[in-house]
Amino acid sequence: MIRIEHLMKRFRKLQVLDDVSASFTKGQVISLIGPNGSGKTTLIKSILGMVKPDSGSIYFNDTAINEDYEYRRDIGYMPQIGRYPDNMKIGQLFKMLKHIRSKESKDLDNDLVEKFKLPAIYDKPMRTLSGGTRQKVSAALAFLFNPDVLILDEPTAGLDPLSSEILKEKIISEKNKKKLILISSHILSDLDDLTTHIMYLQEGKMKFLKPLKMLQDETGETRLGKAIARIMKNEQTKGEGRYDTPIKKTDKVLN
Amino acid sequence: MLKLSRYVFYDIFQSKVVIGYTLFLFLISMSLFNMEENSSKAMLSLLNIVLIVVPLISLIFATIHYYNSYEFIELMLSQPMSRTKILLSEFNGVSVSLLTSFLVGVGIPVFMYSFNETGMAMLFAGSSLTMIFSSIAFFASVTSRDKARGIGAALLLWFYFALIYDGLVLMILFAFSDYPLEKLTLLLSSLNPVDLGRIFIMLKMDVSALMGYTGALYKGFFGSPLGIFYTIGVMLLWMLLPLGLAVRRFKRKDL
Repeated sequence: MIRIEHLMKRFRKLQVLDDVSASFTKGQVISLIGPNGSGKTTLIKSILGMVKPDSGSIYFNDTAINEDYEYRRDIGYMPQIGRYPDNMKIGQLFKMLKHIRSKESKDLDNDLVEKFKLPAIYDKPMRTLSGGTRQKVSAALAFLFNPDVLILDEPTAGLDPLSSEILKEKIISEKNKKKLILISSHILSDLDDLTTHIMYLQEGKMKFLKPLKMLQDETGETRLGKAIARIMKNEQTKGEGRYDTPIKKTDKVLN
Repeated sequence: MLKLSRYVFYDIFQSKVVIGYTLFLFLISMSLFNMEENSSKAMLSLLNIVLIVVPLISLIFATIHYYNSYEFIELMLSQPMSRTKILLSEFNGVSVSLLTSFLVGVGIPVFMYSFNETGMAMLFAGSSLTMIFSSIAFFASVTSRDKARGIGAALLLWFYFALIYDGLVLMILFAFSDYPLEKLTLLLSSLNPVDLGRIFIMLKMDVSALMGYTGALYKGFFGSPLGIFYTIGVMLLWMLLPLGLAVRRFKRKDL
């Protein structure tokens, strides 16, 4: 459904994405995992066409996305930090998006709008909302047009346990409808019962993309958190050899 | 595109700045026409206000509006919407509301007190300058990510067109005063929309009789149908060129 080929992106001196290639198909729930600044959000934004890659290409249903924008009809995106026009009220925001995309407004999914009890606060201006409420609005918007692909950037960060549970249930029910779902998150325990595949990024490079089952078998851990911790630890011990001498030198200077 | 422009328009009218601008223009025009016995004298004073204030307000307002709607632009980018369409809708919203302010604030008094060729020339020049400077402002703000830099660039451009350019032209005229410069000054005036507007209006006034040989040449050119088409063409170019460049930049930008 989405195919990424040799994607490169550099922000000034920083190589944010370094030759990332991957392929996602229907029914998969991909967890994007990696340390801060490993390029997760840049990868997501590249898929959405918000960031223009330096080289490499992205295909959506086998069509390159370069100048096209129609493909975004089939993507629901929940940003990490939802930013909305300050003067607009929640109700107006929903009304506006439905109006702008009026062609698709027949098949709406108001499930989250109702479960998060958003209609009760429809007349609140966006600027007065707390971070958590903003996240709820973002989530409800992402699911609203019933898209085939969902891209969720840190969906549960900032949500209270109850709302977080509601969102997770919603993700599972969409997963059962054979949709493609991409989640980036640091809260690995949230991903445990959702994910089917793990994609691990580090310093802009893709370390691996494999099924959860395979990862569990390789590491011998059943919990995703522990499995990833083990991998990160291995990476570090591998890395230590490289940095061995310089660290000792600085020790001497300090003493 | 119209749908989107409507929301931009609505957002601008909520901020009330445009209403203040309309009132300001209306009050100044009315008081000028009422203070002067002779309406053509009032037109001369109004001319200076139109040529200085309209570009300044258009530049600053359009720049600030662009940065304030960054969230809106971001939200629209995750929807199936082309970048060109998003930027042009923003431009439409801003320029149409500024144009409405100008046509109400200056247009009504001019229709009441000075409904003649000069008045029409003034309204034409003012409307063109509004569009031109909104377009230049969009180019400046798309180019720089930082708000302070964007507004600074807009202010500098205003200084250049309203003050510095005239100084440069005078310097050239003094330095080469031994040569026939009539054709050159004609060309030079096309390189600054404010100057072009000034000449276009001045030649419709009685004072143009005082401008001697150059004035006669100008009158011969700008009075003819060719000259009028030339002015309209150059003004249009001044509007489309920065806007086109802004769209081109915006399409390649990372957001």
